Amino acid sequence: MHELALAEAVVAAALEVAEREGLSAIREISVRVGELQRIEREVFEFALREVLPASEPRVADARFRVATEPTRLRCHACSHAFRLSDTSSPLDPDAAESIHFIPELAHSFLCCPVCRSPDFEVIEGRGVSIERIEGS
Amino acid sequence: MDPRGSVVDRRLEGVRRIIAVGGGKGGIGKSLLASTLALTLAEEGRRAGLLDLDLTGPSDHVVLGIDACPPREDFGVEPRLVHGIRFMSIVAFVGSRPTPLRGVDVSNALLELLAITRWGTLDVLVVDMPPGLGDAMLDAVRRIPRAEHLVVATGSRVVLETVRKHLQLLRRIEAPVVGLVENMSRGGSAAVRALADELEVPLLGVLPFDAELEEATGDVARLSRTSVVGAVRDLARGLHGRIRRVRGSAGSAASGS
Ligand SMILES: Nc1ncnc2c1ncn2[C@@H]1O[C@H](COP(=O)(O)OP(=O)(O)OP(=O)(O)O)[C@@H](O)[C@H]1O
Ligand SMILES: [Mg+2]
Ligand SMILES: [Zn+2]
Repeated sequence: MHELALAEAVVAAALEVAEREGLSAIREISVRVGELQRIEREVFEFALREVLPASEPRVADARFRVATEPTRLRCHACSHAFRLSDTSSPLDPDAAESIHFIPELAHSFLCCPVCRSPDFEVIEGRGVSIERIEGS
Repeated sequence: MDPRGSVVDRRLEGVRRIIAVGGGKGGIGKSLLASTLALTLAEEGRRAGLLDLDLTGPSDHVVLGIDACPPREDFGVEPRLVHGIRFMSIVAFVGSRPTPLRGVDVSNALLELLAITRWGTLDVLVVDMPPGLGDAMLDAVRRIPRAEHLVVATGSRVVLETVRKHLQLLRRIEAPVVGLVENMSRGGSAAVRALADELEVPLLGVLPFDAELEEATGDVARLSRTSVVGAVRDLARGLHGRIRRVRGSAGSAASGS
Protein backbone atom coordinates (compact mmCIF):
# COMPACT_ATOMS: atom_id res chain seq x y z
CA MET A 1 0.00 0.00 0.00
CA HIS A 2 1.13 3.47 -0.87
CA GLU A 3 -0.05 4.78 2.54
CA LEU A 4 2.62 2.63 4.16
CA ALA A 5 5.34 4.36 2.15
CA LEU A 6 4.11 7.75 3.33
CA ALA A 7 3.84 6.58 6.93
CA GLU A 8 7.39 5.28 6.67
CA ALA A 9 8.49 8.75 5.55
CA VAL A 10 6.80 10.29 8.59
CA VAL A 11 8.62 7.95 10.97
CA ALA A 12 11.95 8.43 9.16
CA ALA A 13 11.59 12.20 9.32
CA ALA A 14 10.62 12.09 13.00
CA LEU A 15 13.71 10.00 13.74
CA GLU A 16 15.86 12.55 11.92
CA VAL A 17 14.42 15.28 14.10
CA ALA A 18 14.97 13.17 17.22
CA GLU A 19 18.57 12.65 16.18
CA ARG A 20 19.11 16.34 15.53
CA GLU A 21 17.43 17.49 18.73
CA GLY A 22 18.88 14.74 20.89
CA LEU A 23 15.54 13.16 21.82
CA SER A 24 15.72 9.60 23.11
CA ALA A 25 11.99 9.01 23.02
CA ILE A 26 9.30 10.61 20.89
CA ARG A 27 6.03 11.11 22.76
CA GLU A 28 3.78 12.53 20.14
CA ILE A 29 3.79 13.18 16.42
CA SER A 30 1.12 15.40 14.87
CA VAL A 31 0.52 14.82 11.19
CA ARG A 32 -1.68 16.65 8.73
CA VAL A 33 -3.01 14.92 5.66
CA GLY A 34 -4.29 17.06 2.83
CA GLU A 35 -7.72 16.36 1.45
CA LEU A 36 -6.33 16.44 -2.11
CA GLN A 37 -4.28 13.25 -1.70
CA ARG A 38 -7.20 11.20 -0.33
CA ILE A 39 -5.07 9.17 2.03
CA GLU A 40 -6.86 6.15 3.41
CA ARG A 41 -6.76 7.24 7.00
CA GLU A 42 -7.30 3.78 8.44
CA VAL A 43 -4.41 2.23 6.57
CA PHE A 44 -2.16 5.21 7.19
CA GLU A 45 -2.85 5.31 10.93
CA PHE A 46 -2.55 1.56 11.23
CA ALA A 47 0.90 1.80 9.64
CA LEU A 48 1.92 4.60 11.97
CA ARG A 49 0.62 2.97 15.13
CA GLU A 50 1.11 -0.73 14.57
CA VAL A 51 3.53 -1.50 11.77
CA LEU A 52 6.38 0.94 11.96
CA PRO A 53 7.06 1.58 15.67
CA ALA A 54 7.81 -2.10 16.23
CA SER A 55 11.21 -1.70 14.58
CA GLU A 56 12.04 1.69 16.08
CA PRO A 57 12.40 1.87 19.87
CA ARG A 58 12.41 5.66 19.88
CA VAL A 59 8.90 5.83 18.44
CA ALA A 60 7.60 2.67 20.09
CA ASP A 61 5.50 4.60 22.58
CA ALA A 62 4.67 7.59 20.43
CA ARG A 63 1.12 8.81 20.02
CA PHE A 64 0.13 9.84 16.54
CA ARG A 65 -2.39 12.58 15.95
CA VAL A 66 -3.64 12.70 12.40
CA ALA A 67 -5.82 15.55 11.17
CA THR A 68 -7.23 16.10 7.71
CA GLU A 69 -6.62 19.50 6.18
CA PRO A 70 -9.20 20.77 3.70
CA THR A 71 -7.82 21.74 0.31
CA ARG A 72 -7.81 25.40 -0.73
CA LEU A 73 -6.99 26.33 -4.28
CA ARG A 74 -6.54 29.58 -6.18
CA CYS A 75 -6.54 30.16 -9.88
CA HIS A 76 -3.43 31.84 -11.30
CA ALA A 77 -5.35 32.97 -14.36
CA CYS A 78 -8.39 34.67 -12.78
CA SER A 79 -7.49 34.70 -9.04
CA HIS A 80 -10.65 32.83 -8.09
CA ALA A 81 -10.29 31.02 -4.77
CA PHE A 82 -12.04 27.67 -4.57
CA ARG A 83 -12.26 24.32 -2.83
CA LEU A 84 -12.03 20.78 -4.05
CA SER A 85 -15.80 20.37 -3.88
CA ASP A 86 -16.22 23.35 -6.26
CA THR A 87 -14.36 21.59 -9.07
CA SER A 88 -17.00 19.88 -11.16
CA SER A 89 -18.58 16.50 -10.66
CA PRO A 90 -16.96 13.73 -8.59
CA LEU A 91 -13.64 12.58 -10.01
CA ASP A 92 -13.60 9.39 -11.97
CA PRO A 93 -11.70 6.61 -10.18
CA ASP A 94 -8.64 6.80 -12.46
CA ALA A 95 -8.22 10.52 -11.84
CA ALA A 96 -8.70 10.08 -8.10
CA GLU A 97 -6.09 7.33 -8.09
CA SER A 98 -3.57 9.42 -10.05
CA ILE A 99 -4.00 12.38 -7.70
CA HIS A 100 -3.72 10.02 -4.76
CA PHE A 101 -0.25 8.97 -5.93
CA ILE A 102 0.96 12.38 -7.12
CA PRO A 103 -1.28 15.23 -5.92
CA GLU A 104 0.14 17.62 -8.57
CA LEU A 105 -1.67 15.55 -11.17
CA ALA A 106 -4.74 17.49 -10.04
CA HIS A 107 -3.57 19.88 -12.76
CA SER A 108 -4.19 17.18 -15.32
CA PHE A 109 -7.72 16.46 -14.16
CA LEU A 110 -9.18 19.53 -12.44
CA CYS A 111 -9.66 23.11 -13.49
CA CYS A 112 -10.81 26.45 -12.15
CA PRO A 113 -14.60 26.44 -11.86
CA VAL A 114 -14.77 29.99 -13.22
CA CYS A 115 -12.33 30.17 -16.15
CA ARG A 116 -11.52 26.45 -16.67
CA SER A 117 -7.78 27.03 -16.36
CA PRO A 118 -5.66 24.15 -15.05
CA ASP A 119 -3.15 26.75 -13.85
CA PHE A 120 -4.17 26.94 -10.21
CA GLU A 121 -2.25 26.90 -6.97
CA VAL A 122 -2.79 24.43 -4.15
CA ILE A 123 -2.55 26.77 -1.21
CA GLU A 124 -3.33 24.25 1.49
CA GLY A 125 -4.31 20.63 1.94
CA ARG A 126 -1.98 18.96 -0.54
CA GLY A 127 -0.47 15.89 1.07
CA VAL A 128 1.22 14.55 4.20
CA SER A 129 3.10 16.93 6.48
CA ILE A 130 4.40 16.82 10.02
CA GLU A 131 3.10 19.60 12.22
CA ARG A 132 4.67 18.83 15.57
CA ILE A 133 7.01 16.37 17.21
CA GLU A 134 7.24 16.12 20.98
CA GLY A 135 9.69 14.11 22.98
CA SER A 136 12.41 14.16 25.55
CA MET B 1 7.83 19.70 7.98
CA ASP B 2 7.85 17.70 4.80
CA PRO B 3 8.65 14.05 5.61
CA ARG B 4 9.19 12.84 2.05
CA GLY B 5 12.85 13.78 1.65
CA SER B 6 13.73 11.47 4.51
CA VAL B 7 12.96 8.27 2.58
CA VAL B 8 14.42 9.01 -0.84
CA ASP B 9 17.84 7.51 -0.05
CA ARG B 10 16.15 4.44 1.37
CA ARG B 11 14.12 3.95 -1.81
CA LEU B 12 17.36 3.96 -3.81
CA GLU B 13 19.53 1.99 -1.42
CA GLY B 14 19.36 -1.22 -3.46
CA VAL B 15 20.55 0.60 -6.57
CA ARG B 16 24.21 0.15 -7.16
CA ARG B 17 24.76 3.00 -9.54
CA ILE B 18 22.71 5.92 -10.82
CA ILE B 19 23.49 7.49 -14.20
CA ALA B 20 21.71 10.78 -14.91
CA VAL B 21 21.55 11.69 -18.58
CA GLY B 22 21.33 15.45 -19.04
CA GLY B 23 22.74 18.36 -20.95
CA GLY B 24 20.61 21.37 -20.26
CA LYS B 25 19.62 21.93 -23.88
CA GLY B 26 16.35 20.58 -25.24
CA GLY B 27 16.08 18.15 -28.11
CA ILE B 28 19.66 16.86 -28.13
CA GLY B 29 18.85 13.20 -27.51
CA LYS B 30 18.82 12.89 -23.71
CA SER B 31 15.71 10.72 -23.79
CA LEU B 32 16.99 8.68 -26.70
CA LEU B 33 20.26 8.01 -24.92
CA ALA B 34 18.72 7.39 -21.49
CA SER B 35 16.14 4.94 -22.86
CA THR B 36 18.51 3.02 -25.12
CA LEU B 37 21.25 2.95 -22.50
CA ALA B 38 18.82 1.28 -20.09
CA LEU B 39 17.72 -1.05 -22.90
CA THR B 40 21.25 -2.13 -23.87
CA LEU B 41 22.24 -2.62 -20.24
CA ALA B 42 19.18 -4.84 -19.75
CA GLU B 43 19.99 -6.76 -22.94
CA GLU B 44 23.42 -7.48 -21.51
CA GLY B 45 21.91 -8.99 -18.41
CA ARG B 46 22.18 -6.10 -16.03
CA ARG B 47 19.35 -5.23 -13.76
CA ALA B 48 18.48 -1.86 -15.19
CA GLY B 49 15.94 0.77 -14.26
CA LEU B 50 14.81 3.85 -16.16
CA LEU B 51 13.32 6.89 -14.48
CA ASP B 52 11.91 9.60 -16.70
CA LEU B 53 12.14 12.78 -14.66
CA ASP B 54 10.85 14.98 -17.43
CA LEU B 55 7.45 15.45 -15.82
CA THR B 56 6.03 17.90 -18.33
CA GLY B 57 7.47 16.34 -21.50
CA PRO B 58 8.03 12.65 -20.78
CA SER B 59 9.42 10.78 -23.80
CA ASP B 60 11.07 7.53 -22.75
CA HIS B 61 7.83 5.58 -23.13
CA VAL B 62 7.62 6.79 -26.74
CA VAL B 63 11.22 5.82 -27.52
CA LEU B 64 10.67 2.33 -26.09
CA GLY B 65 7.09 1.92 -27.31
CA ILE B 66 5.57 1.50 -23.87
CA ASP B 67 1.89 2.38 -23.93
CA ALA B 68 0.77 1.36 -20.49
CA CYS B 69 2.82 0.87 -17.37
CA PRO B 70 0.50 1.23 -14.38
CA PRO B 71 2.66 0.80 -11.28
CA ARG B 72 2.03 -2.03 -8.88
CA GLU B 73 1.07 -0.80 -5.44
CA ASP B 74 3.11 -2.54 -2.78
CA PHE B 75 4.31 -0.58 0.24
CA GLY B 76 4.67 2.30 -2.18
CA VAL B 77 4.77 1.66 -5.89
CA GLU B 78 6.88 -0.82 -7.77
CA PRO B 79 7.94 0.13 -11.31
CA ARG B 80 6.75 -2.20 -14.06
CA LEU B 81 9.23 -4.47 -15.77
CA VAL B 82 9.09 -3.58 -19.49
CA HIS B 83 11.61 -4.88 -22.06
CA GLY B 84 13.63 -6.09 -19.08
CA ILE B 85 13.75 -2.58 -17.60
CA ARG B 86 12.14 -1.35 -14.36
CA PHE B 87 10.40 1.67 -15.77
CA MET B 88 8.93 4.69 -14.02
CA SER B 89 7.51 7.81 -15.58
CA ILE B 90 4.76 10.29 -14.85
CA VAL B 91 2.83 8.63 -17.68
CA ALA B 92 2.38 5.62 -15.41
CA PHE B 93 -0.09 7.74 -13.48
CA VAL B 94 -1.47 10.17 -15.99
CA GLY B 95 -1.27 8.43 -19.36
CA SER B 96 -1.19 10.84 -22.29
CA ARG B 97 -2.87 13.78 -20.55
CA PRO B 98 -0.96 17.07 -20.39
CA THR B 99 0.74 17.87 -17.08
CA PRO B 100 0.75 21.66 -16.79
CA LEU B 101 2.99 22.10 -13.77
CA ARG B 102 4.63 25.20 -12.37
CA GLY B 103 8.07 24.95 -10.79
CA VAL B 104 6.78 24.32 -7.29
CA ASP B 105 4.52 21.57 -8.61
CA VAL B 106 7.38 19.99 -10.50
CA SER B 107 9.45 19.99 -7.30
CA ASN B 108 6.61 18.42 -5.36
CA ALA B 109 5.74 15.80 -7.94
CA LEU B 110 9.39 14.84 -8.37
CA LEU B 111 9.84 14.41 -4.64
CA GLU B 112 6.61 12.43 -4.31
CA LEU B 113 7.72 10.11 -7.12
CA LEU B 114 11.11 9.55 -5.50
CA ALA B 115 9.54 9.00 -2.07
CA ILE B 116 7.03 6.34 -3.14
CA THR B 117 8.90 4.41 -5.84
CA ARG B 118 10.58 1.26 -4.60
CA TRP B 119 13.31 0.32 -7.02
CA GLY B 120 14.41 -2.87 -5.30
CA THR B 121 17.78 -4.24 -6.33
CA LEU B 122 19.31 -2.80 -9.50
CA ASP B 123 22.76 -2.72 -11.01
CA VAL B 124 22.06 0.62 -12.57
CA LEU B 125 19.27 3.16 -12.68
CA VAL B 126 19.33 5.51 -15.65
CA VAL B 127 17.63 8.84 -15.03
CA ASP B 128 16.41 10.91 -17.94
CA MET B 129 16.95 14.48 -16.81
CA PRO B 130 14.61 17.29 -17.74
CA PRO B 131 15.92 20.07 -20.02
CA GLY B 132 16.95 23.46 -18.64
CA LEU B 133 18.64 24.58 -15.47
CA GLY B 134 15.39 25.28 -13.66
CA ASP B 135 13.54 23.73 -10.74
CA ALA B 136 13.24 20.31 -12.33
CA MET B 137 16.95 19.91 -12.96
CA LEU B 138 18.02 21.50 -9.70
CA ASP B 139 15.70 19.29 -7.68
CA ALA B 140 16.73 16.16 -9.53
CA VAL B 141 20.38 16.91 -8.77
CA ARG B 142 19.67 17.81 -5.15
CA ARG B 143 17.43 14.84 -4.37
CA ILE B 144 19.74 12.27 -6.00
CA PRO B 145 23.21 13.45 -4.95
CA ARG B 146 24.67 10.02 -5.79
CA ALA B 147 23.77 10.39 -9.45
CA GLU B 148 26.69 10.42 -11.85
CA HIS B 149 26.01 12.74 -14.72
CA LEU B 150 26.36 11.68 -18.30
CA VAL B 151 26.16 14.81 -20.39
CA VAL B 152 24.89 14.90 -23.97
CA ALA B 153 26.09 17.47 -26.51
CA THR B 154 25.99 17.95 -30.24
CA GLY B 155 28.45 19.80 -32.44
CA SER B 156 26.11 22.77 -32.71
CA ARG B 157 27.41 26.00 -31.20
CA VAL B 158 23.91 26.80 -30.04
CA VAL B 159 23.82 23.52 -28.11
CA LEU B 160 27.36 23.79 -26.77
CA GLU B 161 26.62 27.21 -25.30
CA THR B 162 24.09 25.61 -22.92
CA VAL B 163 25.89 22.30 -22.41
CA ARG B 164 28.92 24.22 -21.17
CA LYS B 165 26.73 25.97 -18.58
CA HIS B 166 25.21 22.65 -17.58
CA LEU B 167 28.68 21.20 -17.01
CA GLN B 168 29.86 24.29 -15.17
CA LEU B 169 26.84 24.11 -12.88
CA LEU B 170 27.42 20.42 -12.14
CA ARG B 171 31.01 21.23 -11.31
CA ARG B 172 30.03 24.16 -9.09
CA ILE B 173 27.70 21.99 -7.03
CA GLU B 174 30.23 19.16 -7.02
CA ALA B 175 27.93 16.66 -8.68
CA PRO B 176 29.93 13.74 -10.14
CA VAL B 177 30.26 13.85 -13.93
CA VAL B 178 30.96 10.51 -15.58
CA GLY B 179 31.53 11.91 -19.06
CA LEU B 180 30.38 13.65 -22.20
CA VAL B 181 28.69 12.06 -25.22
CA GLU B 182 28.44 13.60 -28.65
CA ASN B 183 25.09 12.90 -30.32
CA MET B 184 23.75 13.45 -33.84
CA SER B 185 27.33 13.35 -34.98
CA ARG B 186 28.32 13.63 -38.61
CA GLY B 187 31.85 12.54 -37.96
CA GLY B 188 33.19 13.68 -34.61
CA SER B 189 32.98 17.34 -33.69
CA ALA B 190 36.18 19.22 -32.84
CA ALA B 191 34.10 21.62 -30.75
CA VAL B 192 32.74 18.82 -28.52
CA ARG B 193 36.22 17.36 -28.12
CA ALA B 194 37.52 20.83 -27.22
CA LEU B 195 34.82 21.28 -24.59
CA ALA B 196 35.63 17.88 -23.08
CA ASP B 197 39.32 18.78 -22.95
CA GLU B 198 38.70 22.23 -21.58
CA LEU B 199 36.49 21.01 -18.75
CA GLU B 200 38.53 17.83 -18.25
CA VAL B 201 35.58 15.52 -18.77
CA PRO B 202 36.10 12.19 -20.57
CA LEU B 203 34.47 11.99 -24.01
CA LEU B 204 32.82 8.58 -23.65
CA GLY B 205 31.15 8.14 -26.99
CA VAL B 206 30.10 9.54 -30.32
CA LEU B 207 26.60 8.64 -31.52
CA PRO B 208 26.06 9.12 -35.24
CA PHE B 209 23.17 11.04 -36.72
CA ASP B 210 20.89 8.26 -37.85
CA ALA B 211 18.17 8.89 -40.42
CA GLU B 212 16.59 5.50 -39.61
CA LEU B 213 15.99 6.38 -36.00
CA GLU B 214 12.57 7.95 -36.45
CA GLU B 215 11.21 4.86 -38.16
CA ALA B 216 12.60 2.62 -35.43
CA THR B 217 11.32 4.75 -32.56
CA GLY B 218 8.86 2.83 -30.41
CA ASP B 219 10.02 -0.57 -31.67
CA VAL B 220 12.81 -1.93 -29.47
CA ALA B 221 13.79 -4.73 -31.87
CA ARG B 222 14.31 -2.23 -34.70
CA LEU B 223 15.90 0.29 -32.37
CA SER B 224 18.43 -2.31 -31.31
CA ARG B 225 19.57 -2.65 -34.93
CA THR B 226 20.12 1.06 -35.61
CA SER B 227 23.61 2.48 -35.86
CA VAL B 228 22.94 4.93 -33.05
CA VAL B 229 21.94 2.17 -30.63
CA GLY B 230 24.99 0.21 -31.76
CA ALA B 231 27.04 3.16 -30.60
CA VAL B 232 25.06 3.33 -27.35
CA ARG B 233 25.92 -0.33 -26.82
CA ASP B 234 29.62 0.48 -27.19
CA LEU B 235 29.17 3.34 -24.77
CA ALA B 236 27.48 1.00 -22.29
CA ARG B 237 30.37 -1.46 -22.66
CA GLY B 238 32.77 1.39 -22.02
CA LEU B 239 30.97 1.87 -18.74
CA HIS B 240 31.30 -1.87 -17.99
CA GLY B 241 34.09 -1.75 -15.50
CA ARG B 242 32.26 1.07 -13.85
CA ILE B 243 28.74 -0.37 -13.84
CA ARG B 244 29.21 -3.58 -11.94
CA ARG B 245 26.62 -6.21 -11.36
CA VAL B 246 24.99 -6.41 -7.98
CA ARG B 247 25.94 -10.07 -8.10
CA GLY B 248 29.08 -10.64 -10.11
CA SER B 249 28.92 -13.14 -12.99
CA ALA B 250 30.86 -15.62 -10.90
CA GLY B 251 28.01 -15.50 -8.42
CA SER B 252 29.92 -13.67 -5.74
CA ALA B 253 27.42 -11.76 -3.69
CA ALA B 254 28.03 -8.06 -3.24
CA SER B 255 25.92 -5.72 -1.21
CA GLY B 256 23.60 -3.48 -3.11
CA SER B 257 24.36 -0.27 -1.30
N1 LIG C 1 21.58 10.26 -33.14
C1 LIG C 1 20.40 10.67 -33.60
N2 LIG C 1 20.10 10.59 -34.92
C2 LIG C 1 18.90 11.00 -35.39
N3 LIG C 1 17.93 11.51 -34.62
C3 LIG C 1 18.16 11.60 -33.31
C4 LIG C 1 19.39 11.18 -32.72
N4 LIG C 1 19.33 11.40 -31.38
C5 LIG C 1 18.10 11.89 -31.14
N5 LIG C 1 17.40 12.01 -32.30
C6 LIG C 1 16.02 12.52 -32.42
O1 LIG C 1 15.98 13.84 -31.95
C7 LIG C 1 14.75 14.12 -31.31
C8 LIG C 1 15.01 14.63 -29.91
O2 LIG C 1 15.57 13.58 -29.12
P1 LIG C 1 15.20 13.41 -27.58
O3 LIG C 1 13.73 13.54 -27.38
O4 LIG C 1 15.87 12.20 -27.09
O5 LIG C 1 15.91 14.74 -27.01
P2 LIG C 1 15.85 15.31 -25.51
O6 LIG C 1 17.17 15.92 -25.30
O7 LIG C 1 15.39 14.28 -24.58
O8 LIG C 1 14.73 16.43 -25.67
P3 LIG C 1 13.97 17.20 -24.46
O9 LIG C 1 14.94 18.25 -24.04
O10 LIG C 1 12.77 17.76 -25.12
O11 LIG C 1 13.69 16.21 -23.39
C9 LIG C 1 13.97 12.83 -31.33
O12 LIG C 1 13.09 12.85 -32.44
C10 LIG C 1 15.04 11.78 -31.53
O13 LIG C 1 14.57 10.61 -32.16
MG1 LIG D 1 13.73 14.29 -23.23
ZN1 LIG E 1 -9.74 30.84 -13.11
